[in-house]
Amino acid sequence: MSDSPSAAELPTSVGDIAWSVRNNITSAADVLERHLATIDEREGDIHAFNLVLADEARARAAEIDDAVTVGRDPGPLAGVPIALKDNLCTQGIPTTCSSKILDGWRPPYDATVVTRLRDAGAIVVGKTNLDEFAMGSSTENSAFGATRNPHDISRVPGGSSGGSAAAVAAGFAAASLGSDTGGSIRQPAALCGVVGVKPTYGAVSRYGLVAFASSLDQIGPFTHDVADAALVLEAISGHDQMDSTSIRQGPLHLSRQLDMGVAGLRVGRITDLPEGASPDVAARLDEAFDALRDAGAEIVDVEVPAFGYGLTAYYLIAPAEASSNLARYDGVRFGHRVEAPDTNAMYMATRTDGFGAEVKRRIMLGTYALSAGYYDAYYGRALRVRRRIAADFAAAYERADVLLTPASPTVAFHLGDKTSDPMSMYLCDTYTIPSNLTGDPALSVPFGTGDDGLPVGVQVLAPALEESRMFRTAAELERRVRK
Amino acid sequence: MRAVAWLFVSDRITPEAVAKVAKLARLSLSDDELDQATHQLSAMLDHFADIDALDLDDVEPMTHPTPIANVMREDIEMDCLDRDEVLAAAPAAEDGRFRVPPILGLDD
Repeated sequence: MSDSPSAAELPTSVGDIAWSVRNNITSAADVLERHLATIDEREGDIHAFNLVLADEARARAAEIDDAVTVGRDPGPLAGVPIALKDNLCTQGIPTTCSSKILDGWRPPYDATVVTRLRDAGAIVVGKTNLDEFAMGSSTENSAFGATRNPHDISRVPGGSSGGSAAAVAAGFAAASLGSDTGGSIRQPAALCGVVGVKPTYGAVSRYGLVAFASSLDQIGPFTHDVADAALVLEAISGHDQMDSTSIRQGPLHLSRQLDMGVAGLRVGRITDLPEGASPDVAARLDEAFDALRDAGAEIVDVEVPAFGYGLTAYYLIAPAEASSNLARYDGVRFGHRVEAPDTNAMYMATRTDGFGAEVKRRIMLGTYALSAGYYDAYYGRALRVRRRIAADFAAAYERADVLLTPASPTVAFHLGDKTSDPMSMYLCDTYTIPSNLTGDPALSVPFGTGDDGLPVGVQVLAPALEESRMFRTAAELERRVRK
Repeated sequence: MRAVAWLFVSDRITPEAVAKVAKLARLSLSDDELDQATHQLSAMLDHFADIDALDLDDVEPMTHPTPIANVMREDIEMDCLDRDEVLAAAPAAEDGRFRVPPILGLDD
């Protein structure tokens, strides 16, 4: 066995790792050990993970290196260390959703995305922390403690996929998966200075993603750069018969178009965007428009009048769906149970003890919105607002190919800043929510820094299944930042 | 009739309504938690009253982003989850089934 290369010589991007492992230039084991060493150094401060799977990952890295040695190709993500949000089912490996109610549960099956990552040669290094059942924007609502932002550990990483965002930002994994119901990939990506993508609804199978709001949830990647996000999304997308909402088409093809540039692309500026973005974030957005104009794009003004009603529609629809989805946590089939003399009392005791405050709040809000006498006034009206928002976006896309907005109204805030006022936390999702309501894709790409030198993300939005132009735009913004 | 129904959006939620909702959701709240939940849900519903002003009479509800319905797969035999593995993840199981406390006779 040769001497291990120094950390500086090892590739860090998804593309470089896979290329050098497949070509027997770097071993999967060396790449993995570098990431595990970084976890040892900083995980105590950051708490990105609910579970680190060092032994399993080492065994998998050895398998991949053996395959390369005998001339077999381990796949397009060969040896890439990947972290999984802990609401993605992993067979035989605890999957908690950062909730006491699922503590100790080991799923009997793998999520489709997990199977696809493994088949592509990726190495799962751990399960990452989240706001309980993905409900939150700071990863403070976890039964296992908050995750901290690698850029400043007195601040939140965003949420709900804060552990996955922090894991990539801290160098614990080359990529990670999160889930995005109202911004839970894009907002933490912005706050942690990494790329985060919410694909078109139905482009990635939700089989094995623990459901929060089924008509809004979508799985997507976090990576260091846009090209890496394209590689991971290519590996996990495509039809899956285990998810009835999965779109009947093959995997997305993105990587080859990243260098096409944006000449002639119509980039929409939403003139009636809801207020709330802080001056530093607004300034970076203006610079992003300028950068794209310099690169040959045409900047066009569009209106999306119903954009601002997204927050209300979302916070009625998502809790309504959640109240139904989370009815399954009753102490019967999985997870936690509090014993009681009869079944009804057992349900009540189990759920009261097992769910945290935010989850209870949303279950009650959703139950209220769906209850007799209020259904039409709340849930029914919210669904009509949702249609209105989708129609407004469709009209905007008649004039623009992609739209740009902030991903998060502010840079990362301090732990505890928003925990006492749920509404202030919900406002973090203002700019990300509409894409979940419409089902259209959106991503956050790092674009400079804001107050206190913290990362700012620009959000690129595109019509359903038009990920290609969204990635081209993001790749151009990334090139401009690097210049 | 809808014109009347949507006026509810700006109504404040009462502690009695919150208690009823909690019971429907199988959650028990202490008096303090009930007060806090009433306060917080009221604040949210106040904020959500922004959609009161919209005229939505001609707008169809949108339950889902994609217009697909009745998705079928081929009617062929397929593997399913292993019963013992599924039961192993349950809090209590017996004779190949989930075990629960008594259902009848003790209910209020």
